[in-house]
Amino acid sequence: MADHETRPDGAAAALLDIRDLKIEATVYPPGEDPHDVTIVDGVSLMLEKGKVLGLIGESGAGKSTIGLSPMGYGRGGVRITGGQVLVNGRDILKVGTRGLRKLRGREVCYVAQSAAAAFNPAHKLMDQVVESALQHGVATRAEAEEKAVALFRKLSLPDPESIGSRYPHQVSGGQLQRVMTAMALCPEPDLIVFDEPTTALDVTTQIDVLAAIKDAIRDTGVAALYITHDLAVVAQVSDEIMVLRHGKTVESGKTEQIIHAPREDYTRQLVSVREIVHKEKEQSGAPVLSVNNVTASYSGDVDVLKNISVDIYPGQTLAVVGESGSGKSTLARAITGLLPPREGNVMFAGRALSPRLAERTKDDLRELQMIYQMADVAMNPRQTVGTIIGRPLEFYFGMRGAERDKRVAELLDKIEMGEGFLDRYPAELSGGQKQRVCIARALAARPNLIICDEVTSALDPLVANGILKLLLELQAQEEVAYLFITHDLATVRSIADSIAVMYRGEVVRYGPKSQVLKPPFDDYTDLLLSSVPEMEIGWLEKAIAGRKMESAGN
Amino acid sequence: MDSPILRLIAQRVALGILLLFAVSVLIFVGTQILPGDVAQSILGNQATPQALANLREELGLNDPAYIRYFKWLGGILTGDLGTALTSGQDIATSLGGRLQNTLFLAFWAAVVSIPLAVSLGLIAVRYRNGPVDKAISGFALASTSLPEFFIGYLLVYFFAVKLQWFPGISTVYDGMPFLDRMKAIALPATALTLVVLAHMMRMTRAAILNVMQSAYIETAELKGLSAFDIIRKHAFPNAIAPIINVVMLNLAFLVVGVVVVEVIFVYPGMGQYLVDHVAKRDVPVVQAVGLIFAAVYISLNIIADIAAIVANPRLRHPK
Amino acid sequence: MLDLKHIPIGALIGLVLTALFAFVAIFAPLLAPHGMGEIVGDVWEPMSAQHWLGTDNLGRDLLSRMIFGARTTVFIAVMATALSFSLGAILGFTAAVVGGWFDMVMSRFVDLLMSIPTLIFGLVVLSVLPSTILVLIVVMGILDSTRVYRLSRAVAVDINVMDFVEAAKLRGEGRTWIIFREILPNALSPLISELGLRFIYAVLFLSALSFLGLGVQPPDADWGGMVKENKEGIVFGIPAALIPAAAIAALAISVNLVADWVLNRTTDLKGGRGNG
Repeated sequence: MADHETRPDGAAAALLDIRDLKIEATVYPPGEDPHDVTIVDGVSLMLEKGKVLGLIGESGAGKSTIGLSPMGYGRGGVRITGGQVLVNGRDILKVGTRGLRKLRGREVCYVAQSAAAAFNPAHKLMDQVVESALQHGVATRAEAEEKAVALFRKLSLPDPESIGSRYPHQVSGGQLQRVMTAMALCPEPDLIVFDEPTTALDVTTQIDVLAAIKDAIRDTGVAALYITHDLAVVAQVSDEIMVLRHGKTVESGKTEQIIHAPREDYTRQLVSVREIVHKEKEQSGAPVLSVNNVTASYSGDVDVLKNISVDIYPGQTLAVVGESGSGKSTLARAITGLLPPREGNVMFAGRALSPRLAERTKDDLRELQMIYQMADVAMNPRQTVGTIIGRPLEFYFGMRGAERDKRVAELLDKIEMGEGFLDRYPAELSGGQKQRVCIARALAARPNLIICDEVTSALDPLVANGILKLLLELQAQEEVAYLFITHDLATVRSIADSIAVMYRGEVVRYGPKSQVLKPPFDDYTDLLLSSVPEMEIGWLEKAIAGRKMESAGN
Repeated sequence: MDSPILRLIAQRVALGILLLFAVSVLIFVGTQILPGDVAQSILGNQATPQALANLREELGLNDPAYIRYFKWLGGILTGDLGTALTSGQDIATSLGGRLQNTLFLAFWAAVVSIPLAVSLGLIAVRYRNGPVDKAISGFALASTSLPEFFIGYLLVYFFAVKLQWFPGISTVYDGMPFLDRMKAIALPATALTLVVLAHMMRMTRAAILNVMQSAYIETAELKGLSAFDIIRKHAFPNAIAPIINVVMLNLAFLVVGVVVVEVIFVYPGMGQYLVDHVAKRDVPVVQAVGLIFAAVYISLNIIADIAAIVANPRLRHPK
Repeated sequence: MLDLKHIPIGALIGLVLTALFAFVAIFAPLLAPHGMGEIVGDVWEPMSAQHWLGTDNLGRDLLSRMIFGARTTVFIAVMATALSFSLGAILGFTAAVVGGWFDMVMSRFVDLLMSIPTLIFGLVVLSVLPSTILVLIVVMGILDSTRVYRLSRAVAVDINVMDFVEAAKLRGEGRTWIIFREILPNALSPLISELGLRFIYAVLFLSALSFLGLGVQPPDADWGGMVKENKEGIVFGIPAALIPAAAIAALAISVNLVADWVLNRTTDLKGGRGNG
């Protein structure tokens, strides 16, 4: 390890000491001259040996950019233009390219969000894991490989002896993320930067990777910068947390203080983001939509949906919960007619819907609307907000001119956006605004049921919260039912009246919210429920200890 | 090597052969069913109906089209390309030497252009967005817009007429000494090189840039590897397949470029032969030469695809 | 929404030259000092005040023939591009949206056509057809439409699977709305840039055919044919053949500069304003 110097004032030097960091980038907006924007402004932080600092913030907060600064690295034209970054006591902004090369992969290592992209597809995992140790002369090949195998074992990877001889595409995403952690630990660095290492994973896989990372940090005594947008996740692994917004520090302090006694308003919002209270409605009357024994497959050999039956009652929300590959989005495709079921039928307001989209009447189509996960691609980028919301009015109700404009204005009002947005294009809206416009487009058809496919997953927590509140308000006003597809159980608690848990194409648990979330649980629901990070220190250990079933990632 | 990869290659080759047969049909249809009359074109407008009928009989033009096709195809498969209408010579015999000449010219153009294009592409990526890259890109943009004969006659004008370093007309004959032959093809080979160079370089640049922008290159950079090691260990193994692909596709361009270049330099190759006989409306020759050009083109494309299959680690190491 | 200040200098030169070529082509008879076939002097006279570009192999005014040649070359290339574009784009979009057997048959047929180099196939066909202007336009248009087909199909397939198209299908919109209102506006930018490239290709292809003596037939003037007429002079150091060749190059480069700029503009923007 590098020498530990002492500071002129005599205090023990911190491992990482960032002072008044300023980071800029040049942007090239179309139709304007290129100019510089400040991404990070005046951020200072200090990290001692063996400690973990969590950096948290929404997209655009500059957290990844700060995370890469201890390696002197800027992505895509990003430049560090001010301040100091001291690693082991020396300012790495002054050490030059050679100095940086000695530091990277030796003193500071990096774990990326997508390990699948970060591994070279042409080389075996072992070659890549030991590469930095060999590059920096930390160990011989044999020693490094031995160390790697020990790390694979510590990170509870299956077949620790032989997994290194596989290629990246032969290993699952959750495992690859752990191999990448092993790769970062192999040269025994002083600091590891974890950049959203579990964001791309399913919840039940995330908890394993999180636990593995936490154990590895504890056992090796390495310090870490842990970057994430999820406060509950970072609360499990960090000693301290720094909250960032628009490239500036909002608040920083001990994890306990941030979680339990946040000083700033913004932090308070982040902490309380999951606390929408939604009272379950009584099931009454005939269901608006009944899915009866639906079985469906894409190519014919493997059933993606197996004998699914669920009901949705007027003005209520059925949440369909499951991980990737559970068939929850396929269910939406079967209901909308995009994927005609092989068996079973879908009843809508007492009448059977044609299995094929092409055979449905205009009224069937109108009463069943859909909102998508990625609002950016759910709207035609060449149409204005006015056209996007106005089209269903023209199409279903034949509204034209002033009548249509009046209704569009009403709808814009309902989604809490003013008429000023009429002539905007989707590219000129924020993520939350885009999703609101999609909601207005669905409402314009005056539907009885809206299918919401992961509508908040791509949004920052606070924005997602706003969307959920809006959906609940609109449900109360318009008496519309929702089929709410999500992987996030916290969201389910806030919005659902009844819940269907899906696993590998089957509904494993179904009923009113109060029953589904009440023990005793089946094994999968237990795993799913226990895997959702809670804003509570020590939750991770409790959850791991109390589990009945191994996650699918293992 | 596992079976999936062999199966894919076998599929690709089979598809290529199928394509070749389809192309032979297309060429045959294109020359026989279209509203031109071979007999009429040979004898001209003043021909008597009797003479036309006799010639049609002689050429087998009274048979149904599919019978003529299978006769023609059978001949080709046994090495009999037919007889030229205009000269009465055996096509295969006339073609032998010309095919060699063309391959000789194309070979030397490839030998010069491939390493040059790949290294220029690498340099452009290394100094990307800098003046060198911009200059190379500008040159590439310009030269993809230049007609072959502009490049060709510029070379002739300066190097053959003004400087008199090389002959402006590339005469070659059997038994010509190697060095003389090289001197004769110097200008046409240069012209051909310039024709394909820009395309090949642009595509190489794009292929390497695509690899260099991958996340695993960033990983390598964050491991503290030197620029050279990053390229050697991480970029190169992934760039090799796209580069081979680029090279093969551009050799296919070369096949087309050779036609015009041979005419410019009056070089006795396949292209010159084809153009002469198109003008004379000598259909059997056009069919035979067209098919040979198409076969070369298709083979190069197959090789390009196979290279991509072999170099893909996902296919080489299946789950 | 064109803002002249933000057009890069290369694209500006390209735009000006392209406009100039178009102007010359349209007003050829008014601009040319002499008739197209009029013999006005000796063979291969050098450049002079009277004959700015000198005279050609038969003693005709080269400048006048260049001007008339511009008309022929640009006219045939424009018509061929128009044909290849309408044919390729309509079939490509339809294949992408309709899918099924139509897509299958069309795509395999295009694969087949593209497996023969265009010039070679053009020569094969011209060995039995007369080289009239109509035949040239049709042959060039059809052969080149294969590339347009592939591009339009690929672009449309990409757009067709996007959520906003699915949303339109779920709304119950018909095929016409989906092709013209959802897909086409988003496919326009890459297609416009491709239009430029296809035009260049048509100019180069036509010039190559004429140079080989199989394109535009004398006494009509087109640039490729003028290279052929004057190529014998090169050996005597007379650069008359280089002038039409350079004109072809200049036209191609100008259009290329414009197309390149259009393409770069569209990769900058994801949609919305001032870009279509």
